[in-house]
Amino acid sequence: MKVTMKVNGQDVAADVADRTLLVHFLRDVAGLTATNVGCDTSSCGACTVLLDGKSVKSCTVLAAQADGREVVTAEGLSDGSGQLHPVQRAFRAEHGLQCGFCTPGMVMASVSLLAENPSPTEDEVRTALEGNLCRCTGYHNIVRAVLAAASERQPQ
Amino acid sequence: MSILGTRVVRTEDPRLLTVGGTYVDDLRLPELAGAAQVTFVRSPIAHAAITGIDTSAARNAPGVVAVLTVADMDDLPPPPPDSGMTGTEGAPLPLGGKWSEPLLAVDRVRFVGEPVAIVITDDRYQGEDAAELVSVDYQPLPAVVGFDGGLSADSLLFPDAGTNVAVSTGFTGDDAAFEGCEVVVTREIVNQRLAPVPLEGRAVAAEWKDGKLTVWVSTQNAQISRFILTALGLDPANIRVVAPDVGGGFGAKIGVDRDALIVAWAAKHTGRALRWAETRSENMLAMTHGRAQRHSITIGGSKDGRVQAYRLRIVQDTGAYPRMAGFLPFLTSLMASGPYAIPHVETGYDVVVTNATPISAYRGAGRPEATAAIERAMDLFAAEIGMDPADVRRINLVPADKFPFTTAAGATYDTGAYVDALDKVLDGAGYADLRAEQARRRERGDVLQLGIGVASYVEITAADADGGETARLIVHDDGTATVYTGSSAHGQGHHTAWAMLVEAELGIEMSKVTVVHGDTDLIPAGVGTYASRSLQLGGVAVQKAAVEVKELARRHAAEMLEASEADLELDVDRGVWQVRGDPASSRTWAQVASHAGEAGLTADVNYTEGAPTFPFGTHLAVTEVDTETGKARLIRHVTVDDAGTVLNPVLAEGQRHGGIAQGVAQALLEEVVYDPDGNPVTGTLVDYAIVTAAELPSFELLSSETPATINPLGAKGIGEAGTIGATPATQNSVIDAVSHLGIRHIDMPLTPARVWAAISDADGSAL
Repeated sequence: MKVTMKVNGQDVAADVADRTLLVHFLRDVAGLTATNVGCDTSSCGACTVLLDGKSVKSCTVLAAQADGREVVTAEGLSDGSGQLHPVQRAFRAEHGLQCGFCTPGMVMASVSLLAENPSPTEDEVRTALEGNLCRCTGYHNIVRAVLAAASERQPQ
Repeated sequence: MSILGTRVVRTEDPRLLTVGGTYVDDLRLPELAGAAQVTFVRSPIAHAAITGIDTSAARNAPGVVAVLTVADMDDLPPPPPDSGMTGTEGAPLPLGGKWSEPLLAVDRVRFVGEPVAIVITDDRYQGEDAAELVSVDYQPLPAVVGFDGGLSADSLLFPDAGTNVAVSTGFTGDDAAFEGCEVVVTREIVNQRLAPVPLEGRAVAAEWKDGKLTVWVSTQNAQISRFILTALGLDPANIRVVAPDVGGGFGAKIGVDRDALIVAWAAKHTGRALRWAETRSENMLAMTHGRAQRHSITIGGSKDGRVQAYRLRIVQDTGAYPRMAGFLPFLTSLMASGPYAIPHVETGYDVVVTNATPISAYRGAGRPEATAAIERAMDLFAAEIGMDPADVRRINLVPADKFPFTTAAGATYDTGAYVDALDKVLDGAGYADLRAEQARRRERGDVLQLGIGVASYVEITAADADGGETARLIVHDDGTATVYTGSSAHGQGHHTAWAMLVEAELGIEMSKVTVVHGDTDLIPAGVGTYASRSLQLGGVAVQKAAVEVKELARRHAAEMLEASEADLELDVDRGVWQVRGDPASSRTWAQVASHAGEAGLTADVNYTEGAPTFPFGTHLAVTEVDTETGKARLIRHVTVDDAGTVLNPVLAEGQRHGGIAQGVAQALLEEVVYDPDGNPVTGTLVDYAIVTAAELPSFELLSSETPATINPLGAKGIGEAGTIGATPATQNSVIDAVSHLGIRHIDMPLTPARVWAAISDADGSAL
């Protein structure tokens, strides 16, 4: 079937099998490989992207369901000026990533969290990221990064 | 001021945060443009004879290129002859001979997930469909499950062996040392089977072209992988292994396993470039698991708290194939007495095969097991004599003036300040206040009881220090430098750390230093990353290469400035050579390298150390246990992890954080479970309780640096401290929370069901 969507501001159209998952559409059709597949039970969140501004696990969405909609992946997060997005910047400053495999999904989930709750508590961050698994960092610096990004965005 | 020891954020991160890493499945190389997909057909039965495989339906399915079974593997050399090893040699090598592991299954399957056939298709989804069509006739055999199953001979995995006990040290059981003890405590405890779960599972791409095999693989060791791949009958010169970005390893990606060999063989066999990235469900079944030891513990001593004798008898469930022979319980035995000076220590182990996923290294690999056993034993002993567990530890820790200290188990601990580490943690946590709060909650019968768990540890890192590590450093004529390292990054931050070492020694800014790892064409010799060995071997190799390059440069700079070498100095802050005291005479690295030519400023180092190092520390966990539900929640975790001189605190802390989380996860949540027929019941991330952010607090890390004396960086390993210290501290804290009810022990994981059952049994209200 023909599927058309806007990915990181660009129109992407392709004829794909009906059962094509959004994550495979992004990786294999759009050629954007930051979005990773870490499980097959919607547990790990490595494939998290923004669909019409809300975070979704792109392994659990058919490409067909994203037809006519707008997707943002980690590649599309910064404004293209070479500057990192505040959440990306905070992840680097706080050492919120090690092997990097969960990172694009973790960053997208964090962006979505801060859009909904601009000044979360530590407990709120931990609860909100429950669906995103990281095996390297123990989450300690991820939580710090999200809190740092939140405070950076708050007017002093 | 040197950059070493300062907080430097990682150079790796901008790429990982924006376009993402390039893991095997992300490779979009021309060589792999037409690559076909491999899908494995795996045994759904724990133990069975294979009486037939029918691939005809699968071969006719859409998109199928080939369906291959062991019958197609007629182009492989015969397996090596029986090495004659008993498995007690302390080497992490598979036990061959009667215990050999095939590539694709021959006539028997021994665990759910064992590879039986592969389907090669044009695309990924077609492979899943076609694999369903491969029909395998299995004749079920009685499954061997768990420690007792492995110790029994009722059903044999390897009938030719006549036993399921693959390795045994024998065990004398000398009671004399315990006869003089006022108090003797015995207990059987289980260190449960775990799944490593790196977020990236196993992944391989392979191409056979012009007589050369290229394998891109998610591994911790490209060079070891190349050596293992020679089993396909190829000369090492005809194999190139590339480790691109690797999404976590935790010991389960040391080298390559049979699944990777099968994919590489199939690429050669079919002449078609192939790729395979396993699903998580596949990963949970067929990537190696870790731990899986049962311990019979005896500890004896006097009522004043002095431990006089310790015995640890280990049963290692090694799963279906003894891939590590006796290495894991060997390490557990070596480290059995932990950081304590115990006059009499006795150990022994049996390694048994069972119809389960093979066991291999998992973060700590034998040492968390040793620490869990001795730290439980110390608490059991303390409870028996009615002494505070922290005091019992302080009495028995090796004193600071006794190093180097050789234990009764045969390990020689290099340097340490064990008592300081304990006291620092107790102070940092506010131990007395915590005990007072615990007493108040007990007094008022609070539903939420407080538990305080202490674990002191010492571990062995770079156990194979004599295996060494390689580094090549080149300074180019534009003033930049390239490091080729045998170490293999998969999240630790090697690229940042190695660039820091070059900047510190040569004054070439980090941003001008490129670090290359994981390509056997570029780095033919190397060992890789495991056993917390990278900095103390690979890092020192880089530093030594920098020192060598500096001496080469000195000669060339002296020529350029027409001065004697002795009068030359490197101004590390400015990164220039000059005649001593004459900054106006300076020559940049670019100028010196142009003069010398690239070959002129190249150094190759293979650095080995004569002995391992022994990091140490203490962890203190505070948990709240809901006595009505059994739910335990970790609320604080305070640690000292002393791994010698720290190169970059940011990276060292990151290693500690990650290890602590995995340790807490073992204590509270994670366990691989099989049913009595050998069927896995934790085969997905829905069923396997991997720890999330919501179950953890932020951690309280205290610093301590007691330098190693064996290497110029003063470094020991930090990668595994967390799993070693945090696991028993957390377990002890939960048991401590309910100890006033008379509970002395609960096996891990301390799930609500287990804790509730223990509480119910203890207070007599069990239904």
